[in-house]
Amino acid sequence: MSKQVVQLSRVVIRFAGDSGDGMQLTGDRFTSETAGMGNDLSTLPDFPAEIRAPAGTLPGVSAFQLHFADHDIMTPGDSPNVLVAMNPAALKANLGDVPRGADIIVNTDEFTKRNLVKVGYETNPIEDGSLDPFKVHPIALTSMTVEALKGFDITKKDAERAKNMFALGLLCWLYHRPTEGTIDFLTAKFGNKPEIMKANLRAFEAGWSYGETTEEFSIQYEISPAPMRPGTYRNMSGNLALSYGLIAASKLSGLTLFLGSYPITPASDILHELSRHKRFGVMTFQAEDEISGVGAAIGASYGGALGVTTTSGPGVALKSEAIGLAVSLELPLLVVDVQRGGPSTGLPTKTEQADLLQAMFGRNGEAPVPIVAPQSPSDCFFAAIEAARIAITYRTPVFLLSDGYLANGSEPWCVPDVSTLAKIEPNFAYELNHEAADGTMEFWPYLRDPETLARPWAVPGTAGLEHRIGGIEKSDGAGTISYDPDNHDKMVRLRQAKVDAVARTIPDLVVDDPDGDARVLILGWGSTFGPIGAACRLVRAAGESVAQIHLRHLNPFPSNLGMILKSYDRVILPEMNLGQLSMLIRAEYLVDIIGYNQVRGMPFKSDELAAVITDVLESG
Amino acid sequence: MFSRAGEEDMTTDAFPALSLVPKADAPQSAKDFKSDQEVRWCPGCGDYAILSTVQSFLPDLGLKRENIVFVSGIGCSSRFPYYLDTFGLHSIHGRAPAIATGLATSRPDLSVWVITGDGDALSIGGNHLIHALRRNVNLKILLFNNRIYGLTKGQYSPTSERGKITKSSPQGSIDYSFNPVSLALGAEATFVARTIDSDRKHLTEVLTAAAAHEGTALVEIYQNCNIFNDDAWEPLKDTDTSDDFMMRLVHGEPIRFGKHQEKGVARKADGHLEVVEVAKAGLDNILSHDAHAKDPGLAFALSRLSNPRTLANTPIGVFRDITRPSYDRLMRDQIAEVIEAQGAGDLQTLLHGNDTWAVS
Repeated sequence: MSKQVVQLSRVVIRFAGDSGDGMQLTGDRFTSETAGMGNDLSTLPDFPAEIRAPAGTLPGVSAFQLHFADHDIMTPGDSPNVLVAMNPAALKANLGDVPRGADIIVNTDEFTKRNLVKVGYETNPIEDGSLDPFKVHPIALTSMTVEALKGFDITKKDAERAKNMFALGLLCWLYHRPTEGTIDFLTAKFGNKPEIMKANLRAFEAGWSYGETTEEFSIQYEISPAPMRPGTYRNMSGNLALSYGLIAASKLSGLTLFLGSYPITPASDILHELSRHKRFGVMTFQAEDEISGVGAAIGASYGGALGVTTTSGPGVALKSEAIGLAVSLELPLLVVDVQRGGPSTGLPTKTEQADLLQAMFGRNGEAPVPIVAPQSPSDCFFAAIEAARIAITYRTPVFLLSDGYLANGSEPWCVPDVSTLAKIEPNFAYELNHEAADGTMEFWPYLRDPETLARPWAVPGTAGLEHRIGGIEKSDGAGTISYDPDNHDKMVRLRQAKVDAVARTIPDLVVDDPDGDARVLILGWGSTFGPIGAACRLVRAAGESVAQIHLRHLNPFPSNLGMILKSYDRVILPEMNLGQLSMLIRAEYLVDIIGYNQVRGMPFKSDELAAVITDVLESG
Repeated sequence: MFSRAGEEDMTTDAFPALSLVPKADAPQSAKDFKSDQEVRWCPGCGDYAILSTVQSFLPDLGLKRENIVFVSGIGCSSRFPYYLDTFGLHSIHGRAPAIATGLATSRPDLSVWVITGDGDALSIGGNHLIHALRRNVNLKILLFNNRIYGLTKGQYSPTSERGKITKSSPQGSIDYSFNPVSLALGAEATFVARTIDSDRKHLTEVLTAAAAHEGTALVEIYQNCNIFNDDAWEPLKDTDTSDDFMMRLVHGEPIRFGKHQEKGVARKADGHLEVVEVAKAGLDNILSHDAHAKDPGLAFALSRLSNPRTLANTPIGVFRDITRPSYDRLMRDQIAEVIEAQGAGDLQTLLHGNDTWAVS
């Protein structure tokens, strides 16, 4: 039976179900097949902190949104064109985001009286007309899966669990996705459970065949590949890119990568990933607590390794004193903060940008630390290398501010040729560097490089350079304990000047203003790059002009930032916090900022930001 | 990268645990380990004696000076690294074991020592201490126990006796105290010893045994703070009383003490240990000390004999010294095994992954 095939430019699909329904896996598989098709794509997993909240309840709903297109896209999409709701809770939790006319595929088997009551439905929404504005496809996913798996030597529970593969098969049919990748994946995943493997494969095929034969779907959709620059592509998520960036930085600098880390959402995946790469000599130390994680990283850096600690906001709070020690010791250290909703435990699995001021100021004393923020999932790779470059070159702790959205989101990535990545030179000290009054040569651990103001990195095992350093104030140059007032004033200013000097190696910002006549500038940092960029396209498509810049370096700022800010009538700054970068920009440049702030644990929507820009444009 | 451990002669090594640390080219003396910094402890502080003993003992190890690192936390004792002409890192309160763990794990060619005190190690840094001990990281931890906070000027510490009157406990401390040896044994430390600042010979013996041990060694050193807690260990130091109060543990020897060796340790019918008169109990019933026993039970029981208030029946010496692979060795072995089996990693291959598509 051949069905009508309709070409689409882009589609947003959201898979939603119980935490135990395998929605993240289903989304990952669909993403992988979509990447293989050559579509541009962007993903947004959204799941609860609880591993298995009570089944069928609203807090237990886990979702995965995927946006794919025949052109380059910047966000996971504002609202889904298709919602797959595996139970009433998933329908109820997500319906508010679904626009009129969208497709909703519901698993009717789960719409029992008991399950409806659990989430406060008095009548069945499939039957009571409340879903009339949508195209509803009621499908008995569970019972059809169980039926398809009759004769397999598996429990009824295992058969029911395969319903996500049935749904995946159906969606793959609906959107013309290839199936080989998922078949290979299931074969590998359940290699040691052959019966479960066969059952999942069968469920996947059954879902596909159902689409082919049912009259429920009369149309099949096609989304052509997006034009992309030539190269080899793969799908890349933020935490994976960040892990690879750290390994690359280790290779480029010739330093052993040492990770000291304590598990915390949403950063733990980096610990998991790096612990798998012992072939690269990577050392991963799962510490007893956050403080030990950063402490061990500092110890490793003292010994000549690239010391890294990975965490989220609450962990940064615990590490503050040790980061201050690294500021005082002037040793390389990477502090990766995958930001999540705060304060306190906050929203562990949701995204936020509210640790900027903690990274900037969250230490005792004057303790400046450079800050780098990636702008997209795959950009975490390059941002990690950049953070390592600053840390090693300037002998300083550096914050890398990712967030939950970047960490778990993914996009196609053109795999770079490693020979094009710049080497990082550790420049260890091997020689005595100062002539004493009596003419003998000695080693001064705080005698600075005049260009970078970095101090020599002399590691244990270097003959003749034995020295003692610590968190107590040191004399300029010689590095011995000093309580001298003038010396302290000088050292505080030197440490600040060293961080300021990083700006000399930061490339100038380039304004994106295709029309060349914009009077309003929109500024952002970190993961808001996608929604802001998409919003700018919407505004420009409507015939208006708006200029965009995006900050990768939050401390110090790029040298030409002040000049750019002053050359526009108005500056809009959307942030997933209450105005933290706005505060820094106002203080630094005395430029007023129109802040747009949300802390909903979710990324901005591009149409919402477009409306903000349009409002500013129209207010003259 | 920084040392040539592979080129060293390891055949005549008196300290097999230090086999990866490069050896000195020429004999050293205590003078080689004195830094140019003026020592700033209070006159009469027990730390002077420990410093002098350590400076005299380090040449015995025969290691290159640049491959020795002292890491400390915060407190009077933690100034120790400044006075030794080795590499030294004076860190933050309680965190020295964590920092030293990162250093020792990534640099097997170093001899890493941690200097800490009863407040630093047992109060603010308690968590790091017990985890370093259970992991068996290649660290030698010297815990200077003076039963008081010195640098903050005289508050009670986790080892202060109950009822102690201090600035922060004017009516007497209501805290029960820690016994550091019991704590370390409870954390399954592989080497646990106790010694005294003023007993240079015993201190040197214990440091030597600690240096020879692979993995974490915890050495509690009873140290006198003559300003805020003078004579805290006096019954053990006064030659008139020390033999009566203190038992010296020697591996393989019966545990006897007293001026005329008239007292000993025996096992009670219920399994607990007790101090008995040797003449009454009979020499056959006196327990022999076995520092190498796999089970830490007897060592723990010995650590519980002492009275925290009067110091009666205080054992010193090596309580436990067993062999277990160190954390850093296990980590290196895992890495070596993977590289042996799969070869060294290639960055381009890693970035490429298994699931790519080409755009031309």
